[in-house]
Amino acid sequence: MSKENSESIIESSIKRKYKLQAKDVKVWYGDFMAIKGVSMDIKANKVTAFIGPSGCGKSTFLRLFNRMNDYVDDFKMGGDINIDDKDIYDKNINVELLRKQVGMVFQKPNPFPKSIFENVAYGLKIQGLKDKEFLQERVETSLKQVALWEEVKNDLNKSALALSGGQQQRLCIARTLAVEPSIILMDEPTSALDPISTAKIEQLIYKLKDKYTIVIVTHNMQQASRISDNTAFFYMGELIEYDKTNKIFTNPEKKQTENYITGRFG
Amino acid sequence: MMNLEDHREILNQSGLEMFQLVRKQFIKSKEAFLTHDNDLAEEVLHTENRVNGMDLKIDRDCERFIALHNPVAGDLRFVLALRKINFDLERIGDHAYGISSYIVEVDTPVDQDVLDKLEFEEMYKAALSMLDDIRDAYKTGNAKKARKVFKKDKTLNKINLNSFGVISEEVQKDPKLIDQYLLLFSVIKKIERVGDLITNIAEEIIFYLEAEVLKHRKKKGPSKPGM
Repeated sequence: MSKENSESIIESSIKRKYKLQAKDVKVWYGDFMAIKGVSMDIKANKVTAFIGPSGCGKSTFLRLFNRMNDYVDDFKMGGDINIDDKDIYDKNINVELLRKQVGMVFQKPNPFPKSIFENVAYGLKIQGLKDKEFLQERVETSLKQVALWEEVKNDLNKSALALSGGQQQRLCIARTLAVEPSIILMDEPTSALDPISTAKIEQLIYKLKDKYTIVIVTHNMQQASRISDNTAFFYMGELIEYDKTNKIFTNPEKKQTENYITGRFG
Repeated sequence: MMNLEDHREILNQSGLEMFQLVRKQFIKSKEAFLTHDNDLAEEVLHTENRVNGMDLKIDRDCERFIALHNPVAGDLRFVLALRKINFDLERIGDHAYGISSYIVEVDTPVDQDVLDKLEFEEMYKAALSMLDDIRDAYKTGNAKKARKVFKKDKTLNKINLNSFGVISEEVQKDPKLIDQYLLLFSVIKKIERVGDLITNIAEEIIFYLEAEVLKHRKKKGPSKPGM
């Protein structure tokens, strides 16, 4: 192997440890600048938490990774967002395929008014997959992954809306997992749930990171410290500090971060 | 429900109170020993209950602070440090108690010439000065002041090291006084141990203020927690 080849392999393997990369990203909603030049590398198979007060831009930044902001009026952005070294805002990108790769879980559980089975199989069906055996297998695997299978295996044809809030949220995660994404974005996934359901989702996140890269927005400081490997603190559209979670929560570099995580402002 | 800031200030004040209480116990044990004042020694023994009570109170309050506020960063380091500082202060109080117990138990005062040879007063002075340094460091949040005690502790170690030779020599001169010398040896060991506890407290103050861990550190350079 030539020196150049081996160097390029090493270089690409170093690059690959970053699943998501943002370079000098700026976002405007009309005249309002919501993100003011944020650069960040997010490692694969890690849980990264975004924290910061309301309106700091963390959810806007999260939604850039599956182009959810494209639907917002007057949305404009500058800079680059790369996933696996590919620019996801390139005009040739298939946004549907991107969203298959980058799943999203929202604050409020949002199951479709369909059966439990149909909810999980939904994404696969709209991709044109019809093989019953395959669908059944994938539904079961996904429900097992979110530890919901034992609770619903005899009720797969019942309405998903009959499930509890915590079960609905796990169902939504199962629906996301069914289409086999590699990245899961979570926007305050437990803020509407009770502590027991929250604990289940947190255990699930911990388990899922072996297979997926997870980015989570949370207002719950303890949640960020419990489940994430890295934490990013946003304030007024800027990334103030981004570091390992245990560093952020024991000895942050910036006074602003310390003030926020200790509840002294925001 | 108390807010974090108020709760932390109450803990801080309790810590200071513990410092004052233990400092007084230590000074009284010194005076009682040097003047062989039985009443003063009895007072130290009596006040030990207050030290123990304060120790339990601080422990309980730290536990509540952690449970109620889930502290992180500087708040977390503060409460972790305070628990250890409290533990070490209580041990210093125990040593003051131990020294005072000897005075109550032993009839005759120790000969002044022997005390001079042992640099006994110097040792006490150095220990007290260290105690004052860490109290001020804690009170004012001054890590530089806390660092001062490491050098001063060397004086205690040196006097402690020399004491064996001096006492051995004195015992050979007058074996009848062996009980008195053994007592003196025990007291010196206790003061030396107080010095060690004070350096532990200094390490905790530095950890809380600067997030720098000095415990078990070799002389290579500081290690930082977290990363």
